[in-house]
Amino acid sequence: MVMVLVVIVLTLGSVLFYVLSPWNLTPLASNWGAIDTTMHTTAWVTGAVFVAVNLFLAYVIFRYRFNRHRRSHYEPESKKLEAWLTGLTAVGIAALLAPGLVVWGSFVSPPEDAHEVEVVGQQWHWSYRFPGEDGRFGAVHNRYITDDNPFGMIDDPAGQDDILVESPRLLLPVDRPVKFLLRSKDVLHNFKVANFRAKMDMLPGQVSYFWITPTRLGEYEIVCAQLCGIAHFAMRGTVEVVEEEVFEEWLASQPTYAELAAREPPDREAGQEHYAACVACHGAQGEGNPAVNAPRLSGLADWYLERQLMLFREGARGTHEADTYGQQMRPFATMLPDRAAVTDVAAYIAELPETEVETTLSGDARRGERLYRTCASCHGSQGQGIKATNAPRLAGMPDWYLARQLELFREGVRGRHERDPYGNQMIDMVQMLVNEKAIHDVVAYIMTLPRSEQTLAAANPGGGEE
Amino acid sequence: MTITLVFIAVMMAIFGGWLFSHSINVRPWEAAPADTGSTPMGRNGQLPPGVTAPRVGLAVFVAVATALFALTISAYLMRMEMGHDWRTLPTPGLLWLNTACLVLGSIALQWAWNGARRGDERSLRLGLGLGGGFTIAFVLGQGLAWQQLNAAGYYLVENPANAFFFLLTALHALHLLGGLAAWARTLFRVQRGAAPAAVRASVELCALYWHFLLLLWVVLFALLLNT
Amino acid sequence: MAEPGRESVSYAPAGEFDDMELSHPKTFLGKYIWSQDAKVIAIQYGITAMAIGVVALVLSILMRLQLGFPGTFALIDPGSYLQYVTMHGMIMVVYLLTALFLGGFGNYLIPLMCGARDMAFPYLNMLSYWFYLVAVLILVASFFVPGGASGAGWTLYPPQAISPGTPGIDGGILLMFISLMVFIAGFTMGGLNYIVTVLQARARGMTLMRMPLTIWGIFMATVMALLAFPALLVAVLMMLFDMLLGTSFFMPAMLTLGEQSGHEGGSPLLYQHLFWFFGHPEVYIVALPAFGIVSDILATHARKNIFGYRMMVWAIIIIAVLSFVVWAHHMFVSGMNPYFGFLFATTTLIIAVPTAIKVYNWVLTLWRGNIRMTVPMLFAIGFIFTFVNGGLSGLYLGNVTVDVPLADTYFVVGHFHMVMAVAPVLVVFGAIYHWYPKMTGRMLNDTLGKIHFWITFLGSYAIFYPMHFLGFAGVPRRYYAYGETGYIAESAQALNAFMSVAAIIVALTQLLFFFNLVWSYYRGRESGPNPWQATTLEWQTEHTPPRHGNFGETLPVVYRWAYDFSVPGAKQDYLPQNMPPEAVEYEDGGRGGGSAASPDEVRP
Repeated sequence: MVMVLVVIVLTLGSVLFYVLSPWNLTPLASNWGAIDTTMHTTAWVTGAVFVAVNLFLAYVIFRYRFNRHRRSHYEPESKKLEAWLTGLTAVGIAALLAPGLVVWGSFVSPPEDAHEVEVVGQQWHWSYRFPGEDGRFGAVHNRYITDDNPFGMIDDPAGQDDILVESPRLLLPVDRPVKFLLRSKDVLHNFKVANFRAKMDMLPGQVSYFWITPTRLGEYEIVCAQLCGIAHFAMRGTVEVVEEEVFEEWLASQPTYAELAAREPPDREAGQEHYAACVACHGAQGEGNPAVNAPRLSGLADWYLERQLMLFREGARGTHEADTYGQQMRPFATMLPDRAAVTDVAAYIAELPETEVETTLSGDARRGERLYRTCASCHGSQGQGIKATNAPRLAGMPDWYLARQLELFREGVRGRHERDPYGNQMIDMVQMLVNEKAIHDVVAYIMTLPRSEQTLAAANPGGGEE
Repeated sequence: MTITLVFIAVMMAIFGGWLFSHSINVRPWEAAPADTGSTPMGRNGQLPPGVTAPRVGLAVFVAVATALFALTISAYLMRMEMGHDWRTLPTPGLLWLNTACLVLGSIALQWAWNGARRGDERSLRLGLGLGGGFTIAFVLGQGLAWQQLNAAGYYLVENPANAFFFLLTALHALHLLGGLAAWARTLFRVQRGAAPAAVRASVELCALYWHFLLLLWVVLFALLLNT
Repeated sequence: MAEPGRESVSYAPAGEFDDMELSHPKTFLGKYIWSQDAKVIAIQYGITAMAIGVVALVLSILMRLQLGFPGTFALIDPGSYLQYVTMHGMIMVVYLLTALFLGGFGNYLIPLMCGARDMAFPYLNMLSYWFYLVAVLILVASFFVPGGASGAGWTLYPPQAISPGTPGIDGGILLMFISLMVFIAGFTMGGLNYIVTVLQARARGMTLMRMPLTIWGIFMATVMALLAFPALLVAVLMMLFDMLLGTSFFMPAMLTLGEQSGHEGGSPLLYQHLFWFFGHPEVYIVALPAFGIVSDILATHARKNIFGYRMMVWAIIIIAVLSFVVWAHHMFVSGMNPYFGFLFATTTLIIAVPTAIKVYNWVLTLWRGNIRMTVPMLFAIGFIFTFVNGGLSGLYLGNVTVDVPLADTYFVVGHFHMVMAVAPVLVVFGAIYHWYPKMTGRMLNDTLGKIHFWITFLGSYAIFYPMHFLGFAGVPRRYYAYGETGYIAESAQALNAFMSVAAIIVALTQLLFFFNLVWSYYRGRESGPNPWQATTLEWQTEHTPPRHGNFGETLPVVYRWAYDFSVPGAKQDYLPQNMPPEAVEYEDGGRGGGSAASPDEVRP
């Protein structure tokens, strides 16, 4: 009887798989050991029922296999047996439910002394806000969100000292309960750190919450667990659980809302002086020079230039041995004296007049158009770049440069550094370009997008200022 | 969702009770000659003769339509509570007039049904004609009410209260239009000289359906007036 | 609405049903295309549902290719992946399973098993199919509009579903909304028929408690569907308003691709409540007919009465009622008021009790039976096994605390595929092997059937059982590729590749099944009227396949329940429902009376 054998093997095999499987819960890093316990209880109870029912099934199939000389037993029902089975099941269910509800009771009630962190989700990026010294969050509303006010802060005294963290990297002190307040700028998201166990959706227009106490030092990955569009799978972040002092130090280094608002405008003239060092390769007008592998800079937004210069300086870009030209760029970036200089030079470049670039690669722009649909989600349908999605302008950039960078992303040469979250994201996204031809096709399509500043300005108002 | 749950609970209670009365103490495994296998609800487990297939069909459809409106009303109440931007809109006085039209339509159709039952062709025709006429007046009146609101600046997109007003009235009107299609068919047959007895079932269904839609409108109107 | 123009009161004492009410068309078109015969409509439903199901199957293979071997296929970009996810889910749940169980099996079996000539409103029934077909065509059309089909997930959560940037926003989503509304309208027409037919047109003697469980399952599923689909209709309609007219039912103030959207104050949670108010009963709309059908298959092929028939009926009813108060267990981590978790976890786990009872009773039906290992029986046992597995993993997700880490991971995907895809589809196959002889007069090939079963059963288990473990490891669902992560073991990719290979094998095996369907239609062994020696009325028809009107001159009269197998003393090991007690031959040579089938014991 094949069926008997199969049922037995599958039943025991399933249990064995459960016991031996290398794919199991990630190491716990929060106080929610109780969740794991309820899960294990469930596993034991359901496992026992699974084995019991199926082994009985196998026995029945074997014992009562067809025999032409035998007749089935005639028994319409057995109230006693059914009552017993119902009762036992009800007891088992209650035994599963009761501990679950007890744990849920503590899940929904954060401790009084929990400190609060607001997590803001957007397509496809995380940012964070701390309440600052007064311990209170300033009022926010999605309607107030602009490129210059990404958190949607309303003019509220309580909000002046709110600490704004725009990068998707969060630090948390170990062993201190934290209550996450979750909101979204656009669609639904879900703030999930597998090691913390707890998670919750984030919705626009309302604030949801959950709480944990991180219990283990270390770095953990934040992923989005609610479908939020094309780059859902690339919406990542990191949370690092650190000692209290490290956390305090980090927090103190993050800007408050008031500080950001009071920031001095960049000094373009100083920027121009610093730019002198760039001219040799990138040209006086930032037109670039393919002969020395220097891309065009004009037309790029200051926030993007600034970010990349900082990455070069911090060693997050241009340090991989396979990134020859990135390595050439790095010393020049570190030559700039300080962050203010970076801002100034970026502001200067952003004002340079645009220059034309020549097509040097050939690809199938029609195939590229289909591929570009995905890119358009962040970089804009005209490749104009969107600050809100942290995506630089593509239209008007030289094709050889785009193709090379895509290649570098694909090989994990660029963008793998932990300080380069948007580079991480590009590594995830660029997986869809499965070979060199795909890269050339999409670049060929980008070359067909409008390259003049006027068209772009219409499509992306205010794109060049911070 | 409370409204919907109450509705579902009532439906299920009626239904469950009915099933219960059919199954309690029944020992299904016992065979019996057809005519003795009776149940409390009538012989052979069939429904009483008055419960015809079209009537049951209508009842089921009414249940479905009620579910639809119960859910919409639930959504209405939940949206009112969840968002903080609800601004009640004034109820156009015209709605009172429309309500009167629908009441008259319902009465007229009842009259037509009575006529059909008695074989009285004149009241059948008159009732049918008037019933449809009043209903068309109601639908047009609803359209006019929309226009008045629009003219007064209560646009659909402006506020959820406005959007729900349009949604609820439109859904209700759509159900009436469906009814009017059936009504038109019946009228056509009467005009072609069908005997009252022949259209009785149709007129009956129309009348019952109209009563349901009237009741529904009264509920909706009360909701719009009070929130 | 219910066809008001119907002449005369159609109630006729059962058994003397007026044959004149059925029109017997002569032309090919009238007979097979514009047919009002429930059996033809059933087959139309069945073929259409299976055709669109194949589309969804191909989509699932494309998904598995991407998941198993990411970065290999130039055709699949993140947007199209989401489109496959969405269309696969929507098609399988609504357009395949709901339509096949209720439109297909419902149409075929309700009149035959109840002993009726046809559905109560044949014209409406025909319209129901044509609405369904139009809905399917609109859905298929959405693949071909610019921007392609909807990629918002089958749950169509706003704001995502109607925000710029979502795949299909240029038309695919609109077409999906329209298609759903047409489907619901069509289904309502069909559903009215199923209910009224069961209530009105049962044969004489067919009391409610003598109905086969198949009918109970389909009937209660229809009741649920009629009450639940309006929720989807309202939700879709309101979203359509938000999308086309700019209202803010569900849409709050938010950004879309960095720009302000212009909406204000809407509540995405409201949509989720409406959707799951439909969505959860929908699970049981698919499951209940499967429950019913599998009960009948088990009883017939084990030559034993279903164990605890009354309990089975009441379990179906209780499940149907309870399934309306568990919807928010899909929303434990949705950001709704977390205190709802207590209530919905409790109701959800309570529903496990009647479900467990059904499982026990299926196994107890086999117990002390005489099991014929026919192909339908194989599928039925496969169903029990996979359903037990899927049902038990449901206890993880229903228990709010345990759900938190597992929600939105592959554990959920594994669970609902096991319980709602593999298990019911095994029943669909079992049912087709079981009733095909009645539909065509020929048996399906046994060997092919066995190969089909083993590969499908073992293959599906190999796909979906390991999937739960990806969920334990925290792999989120609806990911185009999870790429490099800080916490997922690299070996998970090997597991993914394994599942993909299994999926491809299972999908290819279905070709064998379709081949069997066609081949056996022409070359299959002649089945005779009742090859399984079953008791229910459809096997007692004068002709096989039954002609228009189902039964011959007179309608059958029912004397007993559907499970008189191996009645002690009776010569034959099965007594058809329409066999009068006095016609039963006993082993001691007597006729009628004496045994369990004595009329004296009947309660007055």
